[in-house]
Amino acid sequence: MEFADLIKTPKLDGVLLHDPSNVGALGATVGTLCITGHHLLLSARQETSQELWLLHKNIDSVEKKPSLSQNIVVGGLITLKCKDLRIISLEIKCGKDFFNVAASLEALSAIQSTELLYPFFYRPMYSILEDGYTMFRPELEFAKLISGVGMGGASSPNVANITICMPSTSTTTLAVGPGLPHPLQNGFAIDALAGGGGGVLQGLQAACEWRITNVNRDFSVCATYGATLIVPKAITDEQIVLSAAFRDGGRFPVLSYKHENGATLMRSSQPLSIQGIKRCRADEAILNVVLGRSRKGFIVDTWGKGKSNTETDLHYSQWKKVNRSIGNVSSPASILDSFARLIEACNDLGCSTDKWLSRLEGSGWLSLVLNSLNASCVVAQCLDQEGSPVLVHGAKGLDSTLIVTSLVQIILNPDCRTVRGLQALIEREWIQAGHPFASRHRYSCYTPNQNRNKSSGATFVLFLDCIYQLYTQFPCSFEFSTQLLILLFEHSHFSQYGTFLCDSERERNELNVHTRTTSLWSYLNRPDVLQTLLNPLYEPNSNVIWPSVAPISLELWTDLYLRWVIDQRSSATVMSQIQELVTREKELRTQVLKLRKNALELGQEVSTLMNSAEDA
Amino acid sequence: MDEIKLAKVENVRMIDRYNTKNPTVGTLYLTATHLIFVEPDSNKETWILHMHVASIEKLPLSTTGSPLLIRCKTYLSVTFVIPKDSECHDVYTSLLKLFQPVSINKLYCFNYQPNKDDFPKNTGWEYFKLEAEFKHMLVPNEAWTLCSMNEKYELCDTYPRQIYVPKEATTLMLISSSRFRSKGRLPALTYLHNNKASICRCSQPLSGFSARCLEDEQMLEAIRKTNSNTDYMYVVDTRPRINAMANRAAGKGYENEAFYENIKFHFLGIENIHVQRASLQKVLEACEQKSPTMSAFLNALESSGWLKHIRSILDTSSFIANAVDKGVSVVVHCSDGWDRTAQVCSLAQLMLNPYYRTIKGFQALIEKDWLAFGHKFSERCGHIQTDAREVSPIFTQFLDCTWQLMQQHSESFEFNERFLLILHDHVHSCQFGTFVGNCEKDRLDLKLAERTFSLWGFMANHLNEYINPLYKPNVDEAIKANLAPQCIKFWRGMYSRFESGIHPREPLGDLLLDSKEHCNSLEDHVQHLTKRIASFKSYISKSAKKLQDATSTTAKVSKEVSSNEINDNKYNYDKKLSELSAADDDHPLKASNMSFANLSLTAEQSSQPQALPEEINSVAVDWKPMRNVTTCSCSTPFDQFSKKTHCWRCGDIFCERCIDKNVALPGHDSGKPVPVCRGCFRQMQKQSP
Repeated sequence: MEFADLIKTPKLDGVLLHDPSNVGALGATVGTLCITGHHLLLSARQETSQELWLLHKNIDSVEKKPSLSQNIVVGGLITLKCKDLRIISLEIKCGKDFFNVAASLEALSAIQSTELLYPFFYRPMYSILEDGYTMFRPELEFAKLISGVGMGGASSPNVANITICMPSTSTTTLAVGPGLPHPLQNGFAIDALAGGGGGVLQGLQAACEWRITNVNRDFSVCATYGATLIVPKAITDEQIVLSAAFRDGGRFPVLSYKHENGATLMRSSQPLSIQGIKRCRADEAILNVVLGRSRKGFIVDTWGKGKSNTETDLHYSQWKKVNRSIGNVSSPASILDSFARLIEACNDLGCSTDKWLSRLEGSGWLSLVLNSLNASCVVAQCLDQEGSPVLVHGAKGLDSTLIVTSLVQIILNPDCRTVRGLQALIEREWIQAGHPFASRHRYSCYTPNQNRNKSSGATFVLFLDCIYQLYTQFPCSFEFSTQLLILLFEHSHFSQYGTFLCDSERERNELNVHTRTTSLWSYLNRPDVLQTLLNPLYEPNSNVIWPSVAPISLELWTDLYLRWVIDQRSSATVMSQIQELVTREKELRTQVLKLRKNALELGQEVSTLMNSAEDA
Repeated sequence: MDEIKLAKVENVRMIDRYNTKNPTVGTLYLTATHLIFVEPDSNKETWILHMHVASIEKLPLSTTGSPLLIRCKTYLSVTFVIPKDSECHDVYTSLLKLFQPVSINKLYCFNYQPNKDDFPKNTGWEYFKLEAEFKHMLVPNEAWTLCSMNEKYELCDTYPRQIYVPKEATTLMLISSSRFRSKGRLPALTYLHNNKASICRCSQPLSGFSARCLEDEQMLEAIRKTNSNTDYMYVVDTRPRINAMANRAAGKGYENEAFYENIKFHFLGIENIHVQRASLQKVLEACEQKSPTMSAFLNALESSGWLKHIRSILDTSSFIANAVDKGVSVVVHCSDGWDRTAQVCSLAQLMLNPYYRTIKGFQALIEKDWLAFGHKFSERCGHIQTDAREVSPIFTQFLDCTWQLMQQHSESFEFNERFLLILHDHVHSCQFGTFVGNCEKDRLDLKLAERTFSLWGFMANHLNEYINPLYKPNVDEAIKANLAPQCIKFWRGMYSRFESGIHPREPLGDLLLDSKEHCNSLEDHVQHLTKRIASFKSYISKSAKKLQDATSTTAKVSKEVSSNEINDNKYNYDKKLSELSAADDDHPLKASNMSFANLSLTAEQSSQPQALPEEINSVAVDWKPMRNVTTCSCSTPFDQFSKKTHCWRCGDIFCERCIDKNVALPGHDSGKPVPVCRGCFRQMQKQSP
């Protein structure tokens, strides 16, 4: 297929652009419209005016309103509702052009073939300093995970060096750099923390019994997992295959995070309830090995009692089931429904206060945010305070599960609050963990409900909102600013980079995404880009950040949801003023130290002179 | 005092809403002015001013004792469980007598004595003069004049003595107009914009269904004529139409456009004090829900209607501000013209004029539109025993609306949220005489300026706590409120202030203010060092010259090296202080400035190198980070709203009580007294006896 076949009108003069968000241009500009294979471009051809560049993938819905004159279409209004939440309209003065443009945009924005998407065509204009695709190689990340050495890739400019000395690595599988704490020492530490229980040796074993498995190297065991996974050392690949057969979509329990006290967080999908399969000894074995010395573990169900299958009490007797559903219906599609209702309410500036509050409530979005935070806090508490292992799963383990496991890490692990750490977290817990970004973000909130398919969702948006909430409560504990979150929101929907392409590692491998496209992280980590995404107030915080989960503490993410309808300049100026203030403080400090040195030296000289004068 | 039946109760358990499981056990003290709960384990004290108590309720007896629920006007709500019922009853009856005196002369301000070295009694009372405020607006002028007819409050006893009216208004017009208006509150100027458009305020006309008053009509026409830009003006009735209609039956009502020439009449629909009181009640209930869901909270917030009312006040104020900004004069009234009218007139001015967005300007605005023009603080805030139906959060709403504007235009306000909270608390505390009484006449009759302290005097001593670190003066002339419902927020920091668990764990405002002060300290130090270096250099070059020219005996006078160029502290805060104190010579800081003036270095001293190390040691380069500081060195625990202050000398963090000394540091050029801890204070005294 050629793009040229889809582009019926490549260029059109005299198009009127209505962009309500662009107040400066009085809402409308006339310009020339160009449609290319991946972009819509509108230029007023004046040096002062900005050009509009819109990636076709950004278009969520195309609405046509033909204008009729004596029953003949003489043009019309094409309203483009975008995944970045912006709504713009193109007014076209000719019937034929109107239909052609609309048809082209509809076709181009609906291209299904991944290989035709922009990332496969985009070539960066800069040389790549660090390849984002190799920065967070699973082997490296997992090694750090098991060893407990700060995660998030190599040294990041602003990352505080908070080394959490953790029970040591499974040294047999991997060599993880020198300087690691001695395993025995940590075994003691762990034991002391847990307050008794098994012997030192047992504790030690429980602490380092992990290995990397390549059982899924050809994605045959689990289609949605990556090729490299981390499992208990005592479990054989055969047992894993058996456990995978017992779990929905083959998503057997894998290690997600290991806390500084040695407590481990695992995730999986729900057990299957096919008739005939009552139990799976291999699956039980995995959990039993993880349990090790602890007397109890927790299985946190993010889907809700009765809605997902759960492990039977009989066969998982030491595991306590906890239900912490994210929403009444936690399916990704219902999360998107909620998001769509929220955005609809946000866009209606003219409604009454009562109506707004009732629509905000009715959207259920803030409830989802609150429940996600709540579930994550429960899990974090089990790990941090009880020191118990936790297994998290919802139904398929692709959505609410990932929200919880990743939020837990942000709450507990200071590294995840750095730029690199967040990138690593998203790589591990979302991209490599098989969150189907392509399916979830094919349609967004402006596509009418009936036109979305079941696999659409807004889980990742919900995750970003939860980070935003943590950020508002701990505005100095994050290395990045909320600008990074907005950027991630955009790039996860439409991008010139390949990071969020496809639904799984398998698909990305098939299409050679890693070699044929550029990684978003390669772009983000360029110093000039990174600089714009940093939080001026960042002070590394090695503590666990326990958020308030009272409804009154939540805040609407106006910077994102209202960005096109309400002027957000004031929050931008606040940010730049804060930056100014912080920079000034630093500069003054250096200046003072310099002047002091100078003054002391001169003072010395003056004393000498004075003394010699007296002597004379 | 005979009201106190029981001064001390032990083994009392304090339960706040978020800590129902682990109550703290301590001792409850009942003093003449405060209820104090002391937790012996954590050294924490909870002080409740009797005047802040809004209601006391004895809850049903429980197994552990008798619970006493106390709700405060500061939105603190706390339950004390007292082991013995008889003791609980004694505390209860004592409090009932203490918390709301019958007589205004029993208010706290008449007994209050600040620490003796704090500030003298008359400080602050003379900061604001109505004449000065109008002079600020270039009134009187060719169109507006001072009317002397209210010198003895004959025209209107709830108005100030000085009222400003159109030059054209005749005595007859003024008298008749005041008789035709409810409570005699005739139309009078409150704000004149730089484009001749004005805001006048009054009460509703006694028009009933058909009554007219020619002179009142002429009076409004005279007001219109003061502004030659337009041939009409607005008359804004802030009430909903239906309320105004109902008032007609009582012989009151609104202006008929048919009788009043050249006016455009508007109803703007702010509900009355009873609706607002009920709404606040519901908001507080929404905040007090026990572990609510998100939906339950949002529903409760919606059904309270609080944000709707806030928006409607802002809406009306915006209407007035926009009209004036476009050059059209506005006359505003509600029923008696002292609740809604006060709210919207002051808010419109806040939007129009950057002066009112400074600390001094905001205080002046309150002096003018709330204190001088009359607002029933005694009733609305329940200072004294009164009809419960007269209580209403009118002033609180004014502060809430100001807060909304601050959220939307954070760089346009000189003051911060703390400033509003302090104002709110002291409007209710009656610790100072400023908000006692309902109008200027009341305050004169009560001789408040002689008998009590002024809040403005108190606040002048704490100005540095009220600064908005992001303030940029003169960025915007007029600001506009965004009235989209999405932009009207719930003011958690006010109504849920004492629920320590729900607020951001890293309060940005405090941190930034702290950074700003740190910058100020460093800037001052830089200036000092620069001067020092300059004088050292000049000494060295002089000695070099002397060596060269050894025979010459004439000593050359060294030029004083000016180093003014380094002073680029554009938000220079001293300026503000001196502005404030300019109104009054007895300003406390002014006095101390004088006494420290001798500290600033003379040319000769400045080339003495011996003092340098001491000077350097007197300024902390690094301030201890605020995070993880949970207690002051006096072991007082810090909570969400306790102010953490850095000692400018050692950089450590202290609680308010431990950092009560202000001294000029030798390492600072300005010689301005700054906060130092007691330890540093003692050390400095040792060094320079």
